[in-house]
Amino acid sequence: MSTNFQFDPIELPPECQELREEVRAFLRQEIEAGTFSPQGGRNDNAAAFARKVGARGWIGMTWPKKYGGHERTHLERYVVTEEMLAHRAPTRHYSTADRQSGPMILRYGQEAVKEEYLPRIASGELCFCIGLSEPNSGSDVFAASTRATKTDGGWLVNGRKIWTSNAHNSDYMIALLRTSPSTKENRRHGLTQFIVNARAKGITKNPIINLTGNHEFNEVVFDDVFVPDSHMIGEVDEAWKQASAELAYERSGPDRWLETFQSLVELVRVSGSEPDDRIAAGIGREVAHLATLRRMSLSVAGMLQAGKTPAAEAAIVKDLGTNWEQALPNQVRALAPVRGDSAPDSNDDRFEEALRHTTLIAPKLTIQGGTREVLRGIIARGLGLR
Amino acid sequence: MTDSIIVDTATRIFADLCEPQTINAAEDGKWPEALWDTLEESGLTLTWVPDTLGGAGADIIDGFQVLRVAGRFAAPVPLAETLLAGWLLAEAKIAAPPGPMTIAPVYEDGHIELAGTTLKGRARHIPFARNARHIAVLAVAADVPTVALVATDGLTISPGTSLAGEPSDTVSFDGATALAVAPAPGLDLGSVVRLGAAVRAQQMAGAIEHILDQSVQYSLDREQFGRPIAKFQAVQHNLAALAGEAAAAGAAADGAAEAIAQSGIAAMTTGAQVAVAKLRVGEAASTGAAIAHQVHGAIGFTREYSLHHATRRLWAWREEFGNETFWAMRLGRMVAAAGADALWPTITQGS
Repeated sequence: MSTNFQFDPIELPPECQELREEVRAFLRQEIEAGTFSPQGGRNDNAAAFARKVGARGWIGMTWPKKYGGHERTHLERYVVTEEMLAHRAPTRHYSTADRQSGPMILRYGQEAVKEEYLPRIASGELCFCIGLSEPNSGSDVFAASTRATKTDGGWLVNGRKIWTSNAHNSDYMIALLRTSPSTKENRRHGLTQFIVNARAKGITKNPIINLTGNHEFNEVVFDDVFVPDSHMIGEVDEAWKQASAELAYERSGPDRWLETFQSLVELVRVSGSEPDDRIAAGIGREVAHLATLRRMSLSVAGMLQAGKTPAAEAAIVKDLGTNWEQALPNQVRALAPVRGDSAPDSNDDRFEEALRHTTLIAPKLTIQGGTREVLRGIIARGLGLR
Repeated sequence: MTDSIIVDTATRIFADLCEPQTINAAEDGKWPEALWDTLEESGLTLTWVPDTLGGAGADIIDGFQVLRVAGRFAAPVPLAETLLAGWLLAEAKIAAPPGPMTIAPVYEDGHIELAGTTLKGRARHIPFARNARHIAVLAVAADVPTVALVATDGLTISPGTSLAGEPSDTVSFDGATALAVAPAPGLDLGSVVRLGAAVRAQQMAGAIEHILDQSVQYSLDREQFGRPIAKFQAVQHNLAALAGEAAAAGAAADGAAEAIAQSGIAAMTTGAQVAVAKLRVGEAASTGAAIAHQVHGAIGFTREYSLHHATRRLWAWREEFGNETFWAMRLGRMVAAAGADALWPTITQGS
């Protein structure tokens, strides 16, 4: 018996290196032009930035050309994604659609809908959000109760989604809705995915301010919201069959280990070129974890490129990655040289800001997109334990 | 990249001849003759010796894969050490003799002097010295790094034992005469320690894979509260974490092997990859062994049950060829010297 998951090494082809340089040049240019700051900040022009990225051909990179895609590889897409994240580019207008909604529509959507939406996602125009969680359905996704009831030519949606990231900026939501009761044999039965116009009549978006003080997630209330038949994705009542393929995409990308990277970069900066033994060892340890995670994450991208669905491997990368990135700010903090008095041109302010930001966002990292507990359950299933 | 024939051969030999009793007997001082002789006959012991010097002339990656398998089986023979010795001799174009070998020194600050063919100096913690027929020594002859092949007959070897119960001896070379000597100007003990660390990382990755297998199987077999303990969520989550550590260890160890194969032992990127590997695998060993023991409960803490064959080796190997702190400082200094803005380009370099 062998329970070991395989993470075969991936060597990025030369076109990926060229692409990486292109993306870096583009990002340098955008930073210089003031579109965004790698130190973060609120006025980051996310919608305008999405258009520029779309114009470069870096959204929907792997999709067919006839839907506005570019027929490039998952590895090329991976390179673009990690460069954007490492530079803290404001990708939120398009990232959800690029990563999840678009591929979902491409795989399970009806032809007319593909033609209508995919090119507009790829151009950077449309912003999508994901309607999964509900007040009584968090990790237990298949307990969703927000209803879609059949009506003439479509469906009427009633209920509530919650923790919906970026709903307030979104044009559309891919929502998981109850179309039938679950059955005794299969409690996952009875849910269907739909594309819902997030600006339709009957939708109310209520902001929920998170502990960082920012407005990222929302409560979304549906009151007789009409969705046409054509906007149903996949089979009625069978959404559970579509879940695992999608989640492999979500779980293992660079966004699962780069969220607090900035704190490490600023630690290196503030520690100078000749840190003492303790700080050097601390930096070395974190870099070793980072390099290993990237290698594993890249390997999963290679499996996706090969047409596999590495559910357990992706869960392993997310589990290791989010645990590491969550712990990182605290490790950095313990290594930080504390200075009460520093020169005006020192990097102390920059460091402290990065540490503040990453410390505050840390708790969400092992919750969003599948909690640590859910992920370990998936890995345990892969080990044959359940 | 897998040459499956060589890996299959190694797996078959270990499965046949490296049973827990063999490992216990080896710890009690009984040389596992059948295992070693079969490995030698198969040519696996000279994997890193080019065919021009009488070896197998296999790719360096093949050797690493064999060592991964050896680690999985807790093989109580100096296969890794013989590979390292073969490599060191080959660097100086000295033909490898038959029989088990080891290397010396195994620390960067080790120092063995050579005048003509006469050696002087002492080396600590030499793995399997008492079982080896020859030692490949990286000595210094008038400031020039020089490889010397030394027979163990006539050397003073003071036995010591590693945490795994394997020989970890102190060897005195004073007055010994080398059988062959050749300068190796490009080589230093840094390279020896780097390759040693990459070797141990592979063996450790194999051992962690093994304790994952063994712990999963045990959790499915062992019943408590009326069901297999594998059905308890707390146990599942521990095993999932162990699977993550096993996967990370394998990936990190492969990263080092790949760097050595592609860029050579002296390259800066190799130094960084080896540091990443030995450090990350070392941490995985600590975390992973603790989980494996927790899943096994009391039985895993007995001499009779075989879990300790892997876990004691993991604890011992953590310390050899640089422990986590040694490599963390190395890597941290490299990163700091390059500066904050070079960190991301360095991480993404080459891939």
